[in-house]
Amino acid sequence: MTGIKIDLDIYPDEAALIQGLKRGDPEACACMIKKFAPRVYAIAIRMLNDPNDAEEVLQETFISACKNIHRFEERSALNTWLHRIATNAALMHLRKHKHRELSLDDPIEIQGGDDVYREVRDATLAPDDHAMNSEIRDVLEKAIASLPETLRTVFILREVEGYSTEETANMLGISISATKVRLHRARLRLREILAPYFT
Amino acid sequence: MMNPHNPHASLDTCQEVLIHLNDYIDGELSPELCSELEAHLAVCENCRVVFDTLNKTLYLVHQLRNTPPQLPESVEYRLFVIMNLEEYASRKKGS
Ligand SMILES: [Zn+2]
Repeated sequence: MTGIKIDLDIYPDEAALIQGLKRGDPEACACMIKKFAPRVYAIAIRMLNDPNDAEEVLQETFISACKNIHRFEERSALNTWLHRIATNAALMHLRKHKHRELSLDDPIEIQGGDDVYREVRDATLAPDDHAMNSEIRDVLEKAIASLPETLRTVFILREVEGYSTEETANMLGISISATKVRLHRARLRLREILAPYFT
Repeated sequence: MMNPHNPHASLDTCQEVLIHLNDYIDGELSPELCSELEAHLAVCENCRVVFDTLNKTLYLVHQLRNTPPQLPESVEYRLFVIMNLEEYASRKKGS
């Protein structure tokens, strides 16, 4: 691990770490950051497409977490709780910068079936060659970044972070059916962008 | 719902497949619809291509999960400072 060195073994498990946080131990806070900040930052940067905004969200998340740790009821894992705080902070930032976004929930794909097909009609699929080279990784990150905000936030939590549909809906404060619709659209859009690379 | 022997009888049949593809991938489609969808995929190349490339897309996305995220050192340092944890930040690299 690079950067600041923290002895992560001070707290043998998550319960001990949370106790430390609730006591206000600075070591606990340092441990929490060392352990969870990279993922929080990754979520923020994908949601916001901007390193400065992502850094603000990162800082807001941990400031808020330390301040509100007594409210954490430990019904979820600590990182899930942090991701929820980070998601809220990211949504606030997105709302603040609404002008950057195109209109949301524009009617798409299902009607656009023709487009979906046109692009892949001639694509020949290589047999199971999905090695993650840096080119495809770059294309993938850019494709995720190009999704409209409402699709992107759902997609990041559900597919990249691996939260369930219900957890994703919860974190974003939207219904399960809206989550599914957005996920479906996001998946199809991404597929459309990436399809040419699967030749 | 659809006629697997003539999947292009109307665009609607392929549209239906697209609509249900998500639930199919998530394992949330009823067994009846599953077999209808599979029968359609067996005879409709367009839908099969969409299904295959969608799977490959999701496979790649899930690989992102296995890549440990990186926090730039400068970002980490500023976070420690703002959290009043400079003490730890100044012990940077060893000790
Ligand atoms: Zn079809």
